Amino acid sequence: MTEPDRPLPEPITPESRPYWEGLKKHRLMLPNCSRCGPFFYPRLYCPKCHRPASGWVQASGRGRLHSFQIAYQSFSSAFKIKPPYVLAMIELDEGPRLMSNLIGIAADPKAIQCDMPVEIVYEHIVGDVVLPLFKPAPAKRSSRGAKANSKAKPKAKVKTAAGRRR
Amino acid sequence: MKELSGKVCIVGAGETHSVGVQPDKSALSLNIEAIHNAARDAGINVGEIDGIFTAGQFTPAAIGEALGVCPLVVDGTYVGGCSFMILVAHAVTALHHGLCDVAVVSHGESGRSHVGGPRTRERSLIGQFETPYGFGSAVSYFGMIATRHMHEYGTTLEQWAEVAVSTRAWASLNPKSNHRDPITVADVLASRPVCYPFNRLNVCLVTDAGGAVILTRADRAKHLAKKPVYVLGAGEATEHLMLTQMRNLTTSEATRLSGKKAFNMAGVKPNDFDHIMLYDAFTAGPPIMLESLGFCKPGEGVQYFADGRAAPGGKLPINTNGGGLSYTHTGMYGIFPIVEATRQLRGECGARQVQKINLSLVNGMGGMLSAAGTLVLGNRPKA
Ligand SMILES: [Zn+2]
Repeated sequence: MTEPDRPLPEPITPESRPYWEGLKKHRLMLPNCSRCGPFFYPRLYCPKCHRPASGWVQASGRGRLHSFQIAYQSFSSAFKIKPPYVLAMIELDEGPRLMSNLIGIAADPKAIQCDMPVEIVYEHIVGDVVLPLFKPAPAKRSSRGAKANSKAKPKAKVKTAAGRRR
Repeated sequence: MKELSGKVCIVGAGETHSVGVQPDKSALSLNIEAIHNAARDAGINVGEIDGIFTAGQFTPAAIGEALGVCPLVVDGTYVGGCSFMILVAHAVTALHHGLCDVAVVSHGESGRSHVGGPRTRERSLIGQFETPYGFGSAVSYFGMIATRHMHEYGTTLEQWAEVAVSTRAWASLNPKSNHRDPITVADVLASRPVCYPFNRLNVCLVTDAGGAVILTRADRAKHLAKKPVYVLGAGEATEHLMLTQMRNLTTSEATRLSGKKAFNMAGVKPNDFDHIMLYDAFTAGPPIMLESLGFCKPGEGVQYFADGRAAPGGKLPINTNGGGLSYTHTGMYGIFPIVEATRQLRGECGARQVQKINLSLVNGMGGMLSAAGTLVLGNRPKA
């Protein structure tokens, strides 16, 4: 087993296990509320209506770069990826936001814009640990079309994601 | 809360003798030294303290033990750097209702030298959903807010830099400040890039220091060593812990709620203030706080710094001690703006003294604008 180039997610809590298990199968799973829709991070009750979560749904893996920073230095000794790298806040098409990295683009503020479309890259870190990273995506033809395609999308993406990052 | 306005006073304010780098003192010592200095400032014996309000790595029990007192009221509310503003509000309630007679709000942190152990915080959410991507210290988060603000309002790097320049101008008038050499916008833009959109001079110091204030009811406050500083308004609120959960990155809901509560209690409006202290861990913080507190529209907060209003000689002095950006920042800066506002309202500030000052606003943040504590302080019992 090779040394991971970044801190592994830990401690994985029981509430978020379906999220991490889903990523291993290249599926971005989100906890769901039958009334309000998906939310993130995983918890037992919906943060909007406060009713118990109804289960999990698979997200499209598409979204927008809500905001970003460019790290010119490392902020933890376990994170070994050479700076500069892009710290990213992603807003998924389904609504929830999560933190990630934006890859496949120069770590240059001139090249990156808030709200640019992004799509998931299933990044195998070490063993069976998979992290959801994001890369720039072509602009959507229309939101309707993107939604209709969203079920078929993740499978197709497995192949493109196998290509190398950075 | 209105009935609490003006009933309790800050009667003592103190810090550690140094607010710089102090590898020879533990965090606990910094805390206790600040309390002793605040008590001496008030002319109150440390043994009289019967309410302990503190946040961070030490519980009120640890502080009581180290001081050698048995407090009757203890509060260890810990929601980040603004915990101290919030603890002042809690002390006001406890004192007003006679639960205790002499309260101390205290802080000590060896943020730079790490003597006496680190602060700890919740790890499971951060460990799962943030650290794997290279997030770490606060600077790797707060820029998300600044970048989004630039996108939505066209705010520029030069405008953020103006905040550092204005604050440094105040620091140059404060002999105790860590950084005192004047800087320019060009200096900020040319300083070492840390984490876009922030360069070194957009980011606070990391120091070892402590601070404390002593509070008691107004009837007794009148007979103590220094002019009383009245707590006229106080508010607190929290919105989130994880930045992804912030409803709107460019407006702080916690700050809005906290400010509204404090202004209502004191019966004041934004343009009533003579002096303002805003928690400035990063240059983007103060402008966004002004916007969230209702001083101006979203996107206009930077104007206070760009047009000189906030600087020495300006109409609305902001961060007159030199701020977290230049004066001191231990990790939890919140006690220091309260100490500075107290000194300004007493007229003790020498070269940096604000003229014609009766009303001061102190607003703090915890985490990434996650929590807020707001105080309206005055040198008269009514605003
Ligand atoms: Zn719901």
